[in-house]
Formats: sequence, C-alpha cells, structure tokens
Amino acid sequence: MSRVYPDEVAGPYDAPPRSFTDREDRGIEIRRYDGGFEALAAMYDDFDPEDRAQGIPPADGERIREWLETITADGGVNILAWHSERVVGHATLVPDTDDGPTAYELAIFVLHDYQQAGIGGELIRGLLGAGRAAGVEHVWLTVERWNQPAVSLYETVGFEPSDTGSFELEMSARLR
Amino acid sequence: MDVLLGIGGSDDSLRALDRAVDRARVAGDSLAVAVLDNPDSDRSREAVAERARTALADAGLGGDVRTLDGHPGSALVDLAEAEGFDRIVLGGGETSPLGKVQLGSIAEFVLLNATVSVTLIR
Repeated sequence: MSRVYPDEVAGPYDAPPRSFTDREDRGIEIRRYDGGFEALAAMYDDFDPEDRAQGIPPADGERIREWLETITADGGVNILAWHSERVVGHATLVPDTDDGPTAYELAIFVLHDYQQAGIGGELIRGLLGAGRAAGVEHVWLTVERWNQPAVSLYETVGFEPSDTGSFELEMSARLR
Repeated sequence: MDVLLGIGGSDDSLRALDRAVDRARVAGDSLAVAVLDNPDSDRSREAVAERARTALADAGLGGDVRTLDGHPGSALVDLAEAEGFDRIVLGGGETSPLGKVQLGSIAEFVLLNATVSVTLIR
C-alpha cells in the first residue's frame, strides 16, 4: 500500500546547530549526532519506561545499544538535544526501504524531566531541516492516539494524518 | 485445548504458523488453521493454505485447514465462537524500520471483538 503525503512542504526549517533557553530556563543545544555513541545510549539508560511507545526504546541496556546501532547506521539522520554534557533528547529519521528510496520513518524521544519545555519542537524542526538538507523528501511516523501533545506538535510542524484506521495514528509530511 | 490459528499470508502470520504448530505438538493441543482474506498480503490464499497443510502434516498434526471468505477479523471471530474454540492465535504484527511494533488490522479487530482468549505471537 502506498502512503499519502501532503502537497505542501513542511517548513522549510533550518538545519542544526541551534541554541535556545527552554521553558525551565535551561540552556539547550540542538546538534547533529557526531558518533558519540555512549552519550546517546546513556540517555536511554535514564529513559522512563512509562514514556516507551510501541515497544521502543527497548528496556535493557544491551538491547538499547543494539537498537541504537541500527538506527544510527549510515543513511539515517540523527539529531540530539544537549543540556550541558548530557543528551536529553534525540530525534531520528530511519530509511524505510519498503516505501521507495526516499521515505523515512521519524521518531523523537525526550527525557521525562525535559518534556513540556519546548525541546521536542526545537528537536523536530532541527531534524526536518537536517533531513531536507540531506535530500529527504517523504517522512512518516506513527503515534499513539491518546498522546495529544505529540499529535499537536506533529501537526504544528506540518504533518497530516495519512492512516486513521488503526490503533496508532499514522501521519506524513513532505520536506521538499 | 482447541486452538484456532488465523493467517492471512503476511510475514508475521507465517511465523505464527510455524510457532503455533510447534506449540500444538508440544502441548498436545488440537490446532485448526483458518486462511483469511488479507488484502495487504501478496500471497494467494491457496498458496497459504497449502503451506499450512504441509506444516501440519510435517508435524504429524491432523488439523483442519479452511479458507474463510469475507471480512477477515469477523470471519475468524465468528468461526471461533460458532465451533467452540478455546483460543484464537494470530501473528503479532510487523516491526517498522525504527523498531516499532505495528499491529495488523486483523489482529486489531480480533482483539477488540473476540470473546475467547487471543494469543499474539511475537
């Protein structure tokens, strides 16, 4: 089944880096993932199990690292939010080989204590800007229907529902 | 226990077939297979039914293989209730490129509508 994408381009947004002060007065930097694997994995070691969605991130340290090896492999786009020396958010585009060469699945993760502070919005704009710069055209995601803050964020940055017929809501966006 | 396995030909349903056959052999369950009309599957129902017959025969199980027409989820739930099966078994979904669990539409319908226990095979 082929997925439907909006006609309008989302954004366009600027690629990282960028710095801002979040709603809790913390200085946050949005940067591309530079291969610092353990700093990224450490974020997931601290991840609140309650914030897991559809089985990810995995629950234990070894499976977290296997999963991160896959999604940080060549061909994807990964953006991190840093507070001082700590990774507190991660946004990723993973190539979807079932849906043509230019479709990417998107996901975003923010540590519990850093949620609702505006970091997710900056992360996703940075990710979409980096994706566009890398030539990514089509992006899709699934989100749990009850997760209204996430659905609103995705709508704000240009995603539209593309499959409303199942447990999870599927949304898609066009970057170029 | 009388177990009814529903398969539509998706990859996860074929994994479920292999696992359900193994489990039925170990547990001494009676296993029947219903081949469903899954519009998302590229495999023909006849090919899927043949694969199920072979899997059952190879395991020395004598269960029925039937092809159900119509809406796949409701046809499976109706059959389970009409014939008094103890449990419905289904494939538990595919994994997205990012690793998210994605439940198929048949499994969603069966989970919400079945009055017997449902097992999803991961």
